[in-house]
Amino acid sequence: MTTDQTGPDQTEPDRTGPDGLPEAAQDGAAVPMAAAPAEPALAALELTVRFNAPGGRTARAVDGVNLDLRPGEILALAGESGCGKTTVARTLLGLERPTAGGITFQGRPLQYGTKALKAYRRDAQLVLQDPTGALNPRHTVYDAVAEGLRIHGIHDNERDRVADALSRAGLRPAEKFFLAYPHELSGGQRQRVVIAGALVLDPKIIIADEPVASLDASVRGEILALLMRLRDDLGLSAVVVTHDLGLAWNIADRIAVMYLGRIVEIGSVDEILTAPQHPYTRALVSVLPDSPVGEPQVLAGEPPDATDVPGGCRFHPRCPALAGGEAEAAGVADDCRRTELPVLPLGQAGTSCHLVAARAQAVAATP
Amino acid sequence: MSAPSTPAPAGDTDGPDTSTPPAGAPPADPSGTGVTPRLASARAVAWARRRKAFADFWRQYRKQPAGLVGLGVLAFIALATVLAPLYTDESELRAVNAPGERLESPSGTFWFGTDEVGRSILLQVIWGARVSLQIGIVAAVLAVGLGTLVGMMAAHYGGWTSWLLMRLTDWFIVLPSLVLAIALVVALGASRFTIIVAIALTSWAGTARLVRAQTMSIEGRPYLERARALGAGHWHQMSRHVLPNLMPLILASATLQVSSAILTEASLSFLGLGDPSTVSWGTILERAFHAGAISYGAWWYMLPPGFAILAVVLAFTLCGRAMETVLNPRLRGAK
Amino acid sequence: MTTGATEKDDTKEGSGAVRPTLEIDDLRITYRGSRGEIPAVRGISLSLNPGDTLGLAGESGCGKSTVAAAVLRLLPPGTEVTGRILLDGEDILAMSFGKLRAVRWAGASIVFQGAMHSLNPVHRIARQIAEPIVLHEGIGREAAERRAVELMSQVGLPSWRAQSYPHELSGGQRQRVMIAMALACAPQLIIADEATTALDVMIQAQVLRLLKQLVSERHIALVMISHDLSVLADTCERLAVMYAGRLVEHGPSREVFAGARHPYAQALSAAFPTVGDPAERRNPHGLAGDPPDPGNLPSGCSFHPRCPVVMDECSTATLALRAARDDWQAACLRVDGPEAVAAPTLLTKGDA
Repeated sequence: MTTDQTGPDQTEPDRTGPDGLPEAAQDGAAVPMAAAPAEPALAALELTVRFNAPGGRTARAVDGVNLDLRPGEILALAGESGCGKTTVARTLLGLERPTAGGITFQGRPLQYGTKALKAYRRDAQLVLQDPTGALNPRHTVYDAVAEGLRIHGIHDNERDRVADALSRAGLRPAEKFFLAYPHELSGGQRQRVVIAGALVLDPKIIIADEPVASLDASVRGEILALLMRLRDDLGLSAVVVTHDLGLAWNIADRIAVMYLGRIVEIGSVDEILTAPQHPYTRALVSVLPDSPVGEPQVLAGEPPDATDVPGGCRFHPRCPALAGGEAEAAGVADDCRRTELPVLPLGQAGTSCHLVAARAQAVAATP
Repeated sequence: MSAPSTPAPAGDTDGPDTSTPPAGAPPADPSGTGVTPRLASARAVAWARRRKAFADFWRQYRKQPAGLVGLGVLAFIALATVLAPLYTDESELRAVNAPGERLESPSGTFWFGTDEVGRSILLQVIWGARVSLQIGIVAAVLAVGLGTLVGMMAAHYGGWTSWLLMRLTDWFIVLPSLVLAIALVVALGASRFTIIVAIALTSWAGTARLVRAQTMSIEGRPYLERARALGAGHWHQMSRHVLPNLMPLILASATLQVSSAILTEASLSFLGLGDPSTVSWGTILERAFHAGAISYGAWWYMLPPGFAILAVVLAFTLCGRAMETVLNPRLRGAK
Repeated sequence: MTTGATEKDDTKEGSGAVRPTLEIDDLRITYRGSRGEIPAVRGISLSLNPGDTLGLAGESGCGKSTVAAAVLRLLPPGTEVTGRILLDGEDILAMSFGKLRAVRWAGASIVFQGAMHSLNPVHRIARQIAEPIVLHEGIGREAAERRAVELMSQVGLPSWRAQSYPHELSGGQRQRVMIAMALACAPQLIIADEATTALDVMIQAQVLRLLKQLVSERHIALVMISHDLSVLADTCERLAVMYAGRLVEHGPSREVFAGARHPYAQALSAAFPTVGDPAERRNPHGLAGDPPDPGNLPSGCSFHPRCPVVMDECSTATLALRAARDDWQAACLRVDGPEAVAAPTLLTKGDA
């Protein structure tokens, strides 16, 4: 099997060069991004979400995230639990309101009125981690899939639409499943029902939160293949939230790695997972079995909590490059501890790290 | 992993019932692959499944001896009261038609003796059951309905609404409900209707707390998140997901509520706040008390209505507990 | 039973080897439920020497957790168990209950998935770790708590955490507390049943590193149960893959992971891609069909309805493990002696 079984719309955006306005996104809240290669299907601009934590503290769950989802691509949003990736996904769906910044869908800002939000929800669909919980145990497969149609008042051809969605999700013959209850299905079949329930509204975007984390190993590949096929056949764009870099390698075109409410590295999967730049991404990749980047680097400690974000680079207390003296050698150790990094701009690949920036500068300086 | 995920209730003896079809993975379609008649049959199958769910419930319920006793007692009382006009003469309840002597002790003619004007106690207990049960059931339904509404709203709308509703609930919980009921009946004037309202108003708060907790747990489930992401409004979420899942709890709670409503009614009537134009168990006790049945030693005047209350309350409680156990498998425990 | 045991002992004496820590011999476990008898484990034999690490892989319902529970006799009453489980030479299944209780901490201990939720929320960490020590070794609480703090530092928990309550710890820390508890009475065998599955990649790496280190330092035997073959291959020396209550493959883990002989083991190892491997980029591998219903198993090879390289004989032949090499067995008709190579056809799977 070759690497490039090129799908119809395998947009392989190379890391956009310096022409992609490096500065623009850093200073404004709602910057209309003209520079992205194609109009993004969905974008988050300087997204910030804060929660009130017990004890009067504020959790900065998402703290300035620029993220674009291009038409027909699968974007993986990776990171440890508590890094804010699920909050980003929920905010992209309009289930959470941003504290600052905003979401644009097909170039227009997302409105939070009841009507506008309902219309948006035909276009953007959610697939949850645990298909067992995502299906009401008292509803048949038919009811579960038809729920979206009923909510949106689509009554013509309900039966055909449901059958069509089920067979597109790989449950064939669809009629056979109509009257089954979730507990009569296997885990993989349940996740297909959830996916069918999303497909029945002909969405443009699917946001999947750990879509295979609770499935059996042998079923996992089938569901991932299904997601890829939907992208290829229907031109869907998808954000896949996951802690599993193998999943990103399996299906995603681009990957954004989050740490403590920020994206620390974003770019094409092939580049980031084979040659990660950010020390955090490096560490994540290095602990994978048969990792492409040398020695496993097990980070000490727990991911810090969002109510207490360290100053400077937010990764610096755990950073192996800082602890190992590499940052010192490059002369950025002080920056790492004190200088806050700018938010990565929208629409381009990038790494949010003082050390990486210093090295790039050094390379540029040498003739 | 298809079928065994059904949490087979421990020790479920498989009778020769028709529980086999959903065992395999997706149910084998009954009719070949015809296309059009499918949805019509979908309704039918949905009904069949509902019937089966009821059959399952009954099979579990049957294993609760206490529940069966309660049900038997209730069935007997229900039959006796509903058929009362067929085998008794209501007119004998009026003092002018009293067939017996004053305070006759139990005999072949008057099994439970007579009261101070010569009316049969048995007759009064039978007709009193009609009033007591009616008030008890209607008040319980009202109370549970109100409690469910408040509980669901408090859980669903957070913030101020919730805070306000829950403080109101707390207030009703801490108030001595009998005192409140007395005050209400006095203020509104004693009638069957006001007694029902007073009982309902003073007993909904417990249900509200219960329903609120359960609603919050249901609202945290992923399928509600999914429904919201699909664009479901409040009404859809409540009617399609929350309420159906609350039903078992509400049903069990209502059954238990009936017994406390009957008790409250009896207390109110005993305190002289009953509907003066009708006979209920509470009013019989009240009149017995005022007629000096105690000093006279007319035990037959006090005990029958007392035992009737005890029996009905016990029966409803037994049924309610049995239902709770069946509907909430966690209570079933290891046998 | 007894004759079998002496035979076993003889062979061990003969080879001059140490006594195995755990020996499972033709273990069969049948649950009795409302739907009749459900065979969960259908004849499994395994053996672990001190210092051995074995990865037990398989999907939900394949019986891997049942095996783990059987080793400490934690199965629900009424479950039928036949065969033999020897823990350090003593038959677990024939043991008196008092003896068993001692064995449960001092002989072998289990760390379950999500076990971190089973900590008592109202007791401090050190006290909870010390509890089994007090119970089993009869030393004072204070001495036991000192031991607990030592154990905590061994599993990488700072000693000031000893006076914390469970809710003050993160999930990874609580899981390490569970491991410290499992180690408390210095058992010879640790069974980790999906112990790291719920943890983050980085924490998982920390815990796995810790387990590996403990195995080599204390010379204990470790059985790791997971559905993630890549993690097992990375942590354990040997890998056993279960399907429908039986072992379908058993061999050196790196080799099994890289080139499994049984088509199911192939599918399972392909399910977790190697990041950086071009062959797996944009090419998720799955296996059509669903795991079998243990109450209604297919005839012949239980895997044949899902097998991509199924042959006619597969639906009738009864299968046992066949030697693919002297240290490597697989239960597949296509495996035929050391030279045979099971066609690795899975990797060319197209999409239906």
